[in-house]
Amino acid sequence: MKKYKHAFAVFVLTILSTIGLYALFRFFLFRFPTQASAEAVVIDNFADIHFWLQAFLFALIMVIMLYAVFAFRRQPDDESEGPHVHGHTGLEIIWTIVPTAVVIGFAIYSVGILNGLLAPQEGERTIEVVGRQWSWKFVYPDIDDKSGTELGLLVNEPVVLHMWAEDVIHSFWVPEFRVKQDLLPVQNSETDYYVLRFTPTEEGEFKLRCAEICGLQHSQMFATVRVMNQTDYDAWAAEIASKPGLDELEGMTAEERGQFWYTEFGCNGCHSLDGAAMAGPTWLNLFGKEEQLADGTAVIVDDAYLYESILNPNAKITAGYNPGIMPQNFEDQFNNFGWGDADQITNDLIAFIRTITDDTTASSR
Amino acid sequence: MNFIRNLLLGLWYILTSSYIKGLIGQALFTFLGFQFLNLLLPDNLSEFSLMIGAIIGVIGFLLFAGVLTDWLLWIGGKETPLKHGAREGRPEWTRYLGPDVNHKVIGIQYGYTSLFVLLVGGLFALIFRLELAQPGMQLLDYQQYNTLFSAHGIVMIVSILLGVGAMLNYLVPLMIGASDMSFPRLNAFSYWVSIPAIVLVLTGMAVGGWDTGWVGYPTLSLVGPLGTMFFLLGFYINGISSIAGSINVLVTTATLRAPGMSLFRMPIFVWAALATSLIQFTATQTIAVALTLNLLERATGLVFFNPAQGGDPLLYQHLFWFYSHPVVYVFVLPGLGIISELLPVFARKPLFGYKWIALSSLGIALVGFLVWAHHMFVAGMSDTLRIVFMISTLFVAIPTGVKFFSWVATLWEGKIELSTPMLFVLGAISVFLIGGITGPILGTVPTDLHLHDSYWVVGHFHATMFGGFIFPFFAGLYYWYPKITGHMYKEALGKLHFWLMVPGFWVMSFGQMSAGIMGMNRRYADYDPALGIETQQVLVTLAAFVIGWSVLIMIYNFIASARTEPVVSMNPWGSRSPEWQIPSPAPEFNYDVPFEVVGDPYDYGLDKPYIRFQVVAGD
Repeated sequence: MKKYKHAFAVFVLTILSTIGLYALFRFFLFRFPTQASAEAVVIDNFADIHFWLQAFLFALIMVIMLYAVFAFRRQPDDESEGPHVHGHTGLEIIWTIVPTAVVIGFAIYSVGILNGLLAPQEGERTIEVVGRQWSWKFVYPDIDDKSGTELGLLVNEPVVLHMWAEDVIHSFWVPEFRVKQDLLPVQNSETDYYVLRFTPTEEGEFKLRCAEICGLQHSQMFATVRVMNQTDYDAWAAEIASKPGLDELEGMTAEERGQFWYTEFGCNGCHSLDGAAMAGPTWLNLFGKEEQLADGTAVIVDDAYLYESILNPNAKITAGYNPGIMPQNFEDQFNNFGWGDADQITNDLIAFIRTITDDTTASSR
Repeated sequence: MNFIRNLLLGLWYILTSSYIKGLIGQALFTFLGFQFLNLLLPDNLSEFSLMIGAIIGVIGFLLFAGVLTDWLLWIGGKETPLKHGAREGRPEWTRYLGPDVNHKVIGIQYGYTSLFVLLVGGLFALIFRLELAQPGMQLLDYQQYNTLFSAHGIVMIVSILLGVGAMLNYLVPLMIGASDMSFPRLNAFSYWVSIPAIVLVLTGMAVGGWDTGWVGYPTLSLVGPLGTMFFLLGFYINGISSIAGSINVLVTTATLRAPGMSLFRMPIFVWAALATSLIQFTATQTIAVALTLNLLERATGLVFFNPAQGGDPLLYQHLFWFYSHPVVYVFVLPGLGIISELLPVFARKPLFGYKWIALSSLGIALVGFLVWAHHMFVAGMSDTLRIVFMISTLFVAIPTGVKFFSWVATLWEGKIELSTPMLFVLGAISVFLIGGITGPILGTVPTDLHLHDSYWVVGHFHATMFGGFIFPFFAGLYYWYPKITGHMYKEALGKLHFWLMVPGFWVMSFGQMSAGIMGMNRRYADYDPALGIETQQVLVTLAAFVIGWSVLIMIYNFIASARTEPVVSMNPWGSRSPEWQIPSPAPEFNYDVPFEVVGDPYDYGLDKPYIRFQVVAGD
């Protein structure tokens, strides 16, 4: 009789604790961000089953353990030993077989869900995503291959991202969309890209956060993701379309092109235009200034210095910054871009840098 | 006067210890090696010269520390005796300052080094937790933050491996009735080679740091600062220690067991030691390959991983995790063994399902080899592999579940005694359970798509590490403290340690997971206040400090208790295990009278003995 009393108490306590723990997990500790994609609904529902399982297993083991500690604690004057029970093969088989069955069930269930998440959708829009230290670039094949630093999406339209990295591994994660995929550097971005599919379902602004350690400014590698309705999207796409294309670059001034290259090649990831401290020196008031170098010497920032520092960044290191942070292959990148050559693009950038002074910032206000 | 004389003398012994000699040797050989190669090789290979110089430096450490002396003398045809005890005319404690071959000395050396390294790694964590308490950068810059979190990872891993070495070395020969390990000199070598490895990792922090985390993924590791090279090399050298140590445990367990000790009559901890050593012996080679290729690509420009030149960055991840997943079981299996070892003693009941627990250790070791790619679910593998590894990963739950159920069944209807070691065992079960239940949601790919590389993962593996290693390790330290020192620790301080650390850890772990599910990235120097996780961040930081302080209480307890009266009882816990049937501290060669095994190890409640000391002829 006494035996059953304990078992019954454990049974009741386990059920009560399971419900209590589930409520604690689901509504207090483990709260997901907003569900802003179709995938989020599927994933959250699956996670809910996990929360039940977590609550049950935690309750089961802890209730038996704590109950045993309180009910069977040795009394101060009791020197006797516990009952001589070696084990119970039947019990061992049960707690091997039952978890095996549960695990197989989970596996089959998740394969089904995963296949749904990975399947191509009808009418999905392709967008190319490029990650680089430490900025994002989005190329829109259906807007004349124009690119921007913001990801614009149409609400309720499935999208497939073709993603690659230029330098080190990055990872695409918008917590509100749930899904995640690493972007690796590739040999040929036409064929070797990494794929991520989702359907945004909520209008608004979200933040893309790089989820794979990618060096110094990893924790600042963000981009804005804008999910828009049809009207807003059309206006936004028109603005992207109005950006200069390769054939229009010829007609622009060197300064304007420099500004274009600034985001195109990701200079904005490390060099601010407003004096803010980032991984590289700010471009504000840079030209003409005397720069202290890491080796103790000083140099006047002129055309020749900038030219060398863009194409061969390790030649002279500004005091307070580290060598090896800036990619050393800009000469190749410029030459392979498809417009102009390294010499011209570098000179465009220098022309742009010359214009970044307090005066121009003030006058543009 | 006498006190000052002893103090100065003690200081002199420390300054002339093998630790200091070794460091001088390492610095000297690194410098000379680097200079020599730098003269020979072209300028663009200077990092390669430094790398080879650093390897020569490790040899310098071992030479100067005297670890290689015996082997060098053998080359000259000279026989050497096994070195036991302090140098003549020096106090007994000085034997810990040099290469001694006694397994208990080596175990204790592993132990205090592990605790020291644990404090260093913990300090790193506390510094960057302070930074993370508030949004914005207050204390550190990005470079310092990235270096600190990367170093925290690898330093803690080294600390855990040393702690595992401490437990295996001290306990295995005692438990199986051997007088020492099979290869005592190799045993000393495997401890001493880990010291220059730690030095290399810490050097890496001083020469520019590194920002790859402890995983060192290319291509980031190929372009990172110079510290990356030292980190990768230190990691590599530490692997040599693991391999050499595991050979010793495997051979010792296979050949030196007392008569009558069949496999299923071994203390359960020895099963865990066996499973752990099997993994260490077979998996560590793969990380050596991964690190070698990474170092060579960095230093010489040979191409393995950089896709721009035709390499494959995923190859590194496969090689890396083929070791680094199983090694998690190297960390936790000895701890789980300690839980199984201590539960029957404090519940006064036989271990429930001994054979099942023993085989579940081997089961975990086996399954652990088949799940490595779950670390790469979003890394860009094929979808087929995702599914295969999802299924194999979920199977880990089965042998782990067997352990949990057997543990609570051991407790059921026992006569439970809540001394400090038992409290830590129960704490370990609760914390390892947190780690266990938060695993499957990472194992199923759909939910992992969200949680991968988030703070959920951080919470999950800290729970498995604390539950599987830290808590049981501390339980073991309290439990065997009277065996090691011959003194009893202070119970009140032990209980205080427990009641600070367990709630502290629960808060830390759930706080991390809560922040992760809400969108907090791993390895972020800063967090976005828009995520709404300020409370979690502050609580995690506070809890980390509580845990840190509680560990200091334990260390104070151990130092202060060493001066109390010696223990009266030979067997304060009433254990059936052989090591408690001899005086404490154990004699130099353990069992002056050999024993044979005549019963089962955990037959509490029966009058049948486990071991019987043999009657020596002529007595």
